[in-house]
Amino acid sequence: MTDDDDFAAYQFLAEETEDHRWAFGTGFSDPLEGIDTSVPAGVDAAALATYCLALGDDALIYSHRLQQWVTRLPELEEETALANIALDLLGQARLLLSRAGQAEGAGRDEDRLAFFRTEGEFRNVRLVEPADADFAELAGRLLIFSAWRLALFGELTGSADPVVAAIAGKGVKELAYHRDYAAQWVIRLGDGTALSHDRMQAALAAIWPLSDELFRADAVVARLPGVAADPAGLRAEVDGVLDAVLAAATLDRPGGAPLAPVAGLAGREGVHTEALGYVLAELQSVARAYPDATW
Amino acid sequence: MVTPGADDGVADGLEAAREIAGAVPDPELPMVTLADLGILRRVTAEDGRLVVTITPTYSGCPALAEIAHDLRYRLARAGFADVIVRTELAPAWSSDQITPEGRAKLRAAGLAPPNPAPPGPSRRSPGPVPLPLTMALPTFVACPRCGSLDTERTAAFGPTACTALFRCGTCREPFEYVKDL
Repeated sequence: MTDDDDFAAYQFLAEETEDHRWAFGTGFSDPLEGIDTSVPAGVDAAALATYCLALGDDALIYSHRLQQWVTRLPELEEETALANIALDLLGQARLLLSRAGQAEGAGRDEDRLAFFRTEGEFRNVRLVEPADADFAELAGRLLIFSAWRLALFGELTGSADPVVAAIAGKGVKELAYHRDYAAQWVIRLGDGTALSHDRMQAALAAIWPLSDELFRADAVVARLPGVAADPAGLRAEVDGVLDAVLAAATLDRPGGAPLAPVAGLAGREGVHTEALGYVLAELQSVARAYPDATW
Repeated sequence: MVTPGADDGVADGLEAAREIAGAVPDPELPMVTLADLGILRRVTAEDGRLVVTITPTYSGCPALAEIAHDLRYRLARAGFADVIVRTELAPAWSSDQITPEGRAKLRAAGLAPPNPAPPGPSRRSPGPVPLPLTMALPTFVACPRCGSLDTERTAAFGPTACTALFRCGTCREPFEYVKDL
């Protein structure tokens, strides 16, 4: 085998090293390794940790839901697409959970935060929790989620926390591509046959009550001026995008009451739908059964 | 242990280290190197240690850990025992940073190199956002085999995070397109 070999990139795996990984892509190290992760002066570190945890949890839980679609999609191309989107979101989750762990300063890394917190300690919005009932719900939820997250990350590129700004700067490019993909499917289904139109409309009606929470005031955001983005300020952009897509798709904007918080508490405060427990059971079971395992 | 002599040694070897680091092949696209892709940001000496700074193409890129291991392995073989690999997120990588040589290598391997990246949402003008449905726009991606512009995208996502699938209408061959990002 020579260095010119196409497989030279893998050559080092066969060498005797300290590296005990068992396959390509395993043995993850800190994704923020080597980045200056000091919290800027004047920034509330505890609030920053909670904020990054929330944004990381949104991506982690939704990535897991998208992964559950793989092997169940109608075409190989959509499998690849959803796996890629889930991978992008998992990458964002790893960066944000790592940032949360550092800002918290209690020695918890991304794995500790992902696998060893209980339901009530998760801070994700409830939109990402339920399983999609069909492909139309998948397209509709992905459109709402990515339009919202893109607007949010667009604001965060100017965050006073340089790490959050850098994570957002990478994320906007990925999210713009996800939003386009979802919009294409919503238009194709909405402006398709009578059956696909009705099912897309029904899917939107089912998801819509969970969308209001995305723009809800958040006490943690208020403690992070210049660092976090005001959720209410994102509504105009998201509405503009959704209205444009719905018009092209000949779909009506659903009405209906938002899913209300419980005693004033919702996802960001750790109050979730029943669905989250099932997601966590699957996501965390291996790590909890073998807490010292590495992969 | 840090001694002035060791520091000088690393500093003297910087050119060689840059060459070795730049020549590391990408694990997902082995026909191009880190230097070709523009993901090698810099190679510097710090307190007698060699510091290699790289940037990921996508947030979830699983190749990053492989690249870091490969860098350490190749540099160790060349005598650089103490190597730190750093990740840099900002400024975010753009496919515009792929060198002309890298583009030529991609084309020679049957992959279409990326078009100029669209202005990102971070650089957008304020106010209500018009919907840029980039997928609906004509692509103007040239077939890497026959050069024809009569191509169509068959899938928005490909076998790696950075490629999409296309088909040429003239020579009928399918090919991968490195996404503009």
